Amino acid sequence: MAAETPFLLETAGLTKHFRLGGILSNRVLHAVDDVDLAIGEQEIVALVGESGSGKSTIARLIARVYRPTGGEIYFRGRALSQMRNRSEVLEYRGRVPMVFQDPYGSLSPVFRVSHGVLRALRLHRPSLGKSAREQAAVQLFESVGLAPGTEFLGKYPYELSGGQRQRVGFAQALACSPELILADEPVSMLDVSVRIGLLNLMATLRRELRVSFLYITHDIASARYVADRLVVMYAGQVAESGPVEDVLAHPKHPYTQLLLSAVPDPRAPISLPTSSEVAEPPRVINPGEGCRFRARCPYAVAECHVVTPRLRLLRPVHSAACHVATSDLDDVPVPERVANL
Amino acid sequence: MIATAPVLDIRDLCVDYVTARGAVRAVDNVSLELAKGEFLGIVGESGCGKSTLLFAIARLLSPPAEIASGSVRFKGRDMVTLGEKELRHIRWRDYAVVMQSAMNALNPVMTIGAQLKDAIEAHERMPTARMRERCQEVMRLVGIDPEHLGSYPHQLSGGMRQRAMIAMALVFTPELVIMDEPTSALDVVAQRSLMLQIKNLQRRIGFAAVFVTHDMSLVSHFSDRLAVMYAGQVVEIGATRVVFEDPKHPYTKGLMQSFPSISGPKLHLVGIAGSPPDLLRPPSGCRFHPRCPSVMPQCHTEEPPLYVRPNDLVKCHLYADGR
Repeated sequence: MAAETPFLLETAGLTKHFRLGGILSNRVLHAVDDVDLAIGEQEIVALVGESGSGKSTIARLIARVYRPTGGEIYFRGRALSQMRNRSEVLEYRGRVPMVFQDPYGSLSPVFRVSHGVLRALRLHRPSLGKSAREQAAVQLFESVGLAPGTEFLGKYPYELSGGQRQRVGFAQALACSPELILADEPVSMLDVSVRIGLLNLMATLRRELRVSFLYITHDIASARYVADRLVVMYAGQVAESGPVEDVLAHPKHPYTQLLLSAVPDPRAPISLPTSSEVAEPPRVINPGEGCRFRARCPYAVAECHVVTPRLRLLRPVHSAACHVATSDLDDVPVPERVANL
Repeated sequence: MIATAPVLDIRDLCVDYVTARGAVRAVDNVSLELAKGEFLGIVGESGCGKSTLLFAIARLLSPPAEIASGSVRFKGRDMVTLGEKELRHIRWRDYAVVMQSAMNALNPVMTIGAQLKDAIEAHERMPTARMRERCQEVMRLVGIDPEHLGSYPHQLSGGMRQRAMIAMALVFTPELVIMDEPTSALDVVAQRSLMLQIKNLQRRIGFAAVFVTHDMSLVSHFSDRLAVMYAGQVVEIGATRVVFEDPKHPYTKGLMQSFPSISGPKLHLVGIAGSPPDLLRPPSGCRFHPRCPSVMPQCHTEEPPLYVRPNDLVKCHLYADGR
């Protein structure tokens, strides 16, 4: 199935559970449940959701930091669980590096910023000699906007601003000639005025170096700005997925609708709150069957309490996991109970 | 514009951090007024001095920070010269502070109810029954079941903890509530519900509010006036709608160009080149000139005053002679 797909990376039924408590405890935290995700060549996919929805866990599963509880990840059609020897794993890690959220914590303060890049080059491109390596490092730094590269390579992290540090993070990821970069909230710790520069950098790298991105964020507006496709997560499951503009214009899942209405937008008129805005965190410890959004959903029907909805195609290449959402209408139909209010 | 005497009147306030390499002026000549029941938003990037300004207003600064000059008149008294003993009288009762992170601000080993009781007892003697009543009242006010007075902070969600903090601030119906990014740890849905609640409470109780945030769009619907800070200085201040619809200062314009929107046409944004300055060595002249797209020769040498215009105040040479 995965052999001849046009996708660079695919997950099938990806699941990660964490056991909580002592050895006799049967409490299981469902961080990621049955997630099918696909990232194409030169594509930016944004994974959005509130904190605790399993976004970062997915990135860590793809980066092989965690082993999945169930399901499989395919990279160019090859199952990750089939990779046995070290060189194969190293090769994969080079192709799929990660950029972290905190640029202050992810660079060692005692090394010059060249350290990480040179190390990655030595590990992933062993054929390069010392001077070729240094030249490559200069090029990498300049490609992420740290020019002149020779000057920046000699600096220590404390000499750089947050935005510049995050650019170093991108340069490190690029050092292994990647095909897919896992960017876990790469701009959320940066100042508003420098965030957009990093987002533009991602778009440039995609265009010029043909890299794909999995962009993890809680900021839908920035997802719209850079991404081609949007995947909305809720409580460890995919609630909705489709092309960014289509999902924003025609949100099918009630959670996506709620999320969109909550984004502060100075250009839009203020809207009144709905009952579902009383934010109750979803149950992810032994959640059982049923839709995980049902407690907050204004459209919940009896079926939502017993059957977990699966992703259904509701518009061309746009699907949502909701029993109530229909494919013909633009919005979820309003049940009588709500219409009478 | 303001008919009655302001609740809060800040004049030429300067705050220094004394370091081994010299004093860093984190708040530089800030003057602000706040009318009764007014909601003032203060926005700026990290390190622009917005939190330091709040701490100075609340007299919560601790060394190495100190107020170098200026005055903060709250209800006619100068807060800067008040002693600890007098401050203790008016803190919490007349003005309250809601901190950024409710996770750290609440005591993890005391129930919410015990912490509320603690705060009340420190300021007023009242019978136990009335105290319980008052606690339940403020909890209901912020939309938490009074049942949770017996809960420990870890048993509440982030949003509930933040609302519990606001409940504590409102226990004496203060005239001024100072808020330092109270929603920054929450996701968008919880953030919005908390903002609506704050605004609602403010309308009902009538306290004046100073609300600090780095997220301009967050306050766009909630504040009456907006002050924009850059490198320790207020660079623009005006009615929120005016600042949003017609930003004057190049920095404010840049900020408006920095966050993408979820609606409307997809624009290519550029943000602001460079990064905020090091306050140990602030740039000469206008502090924004190294990053400014419309920089002029005098910006390098001459610091612009805060020009008074019909609807707003702008600290930029572009607006000299009332342009």
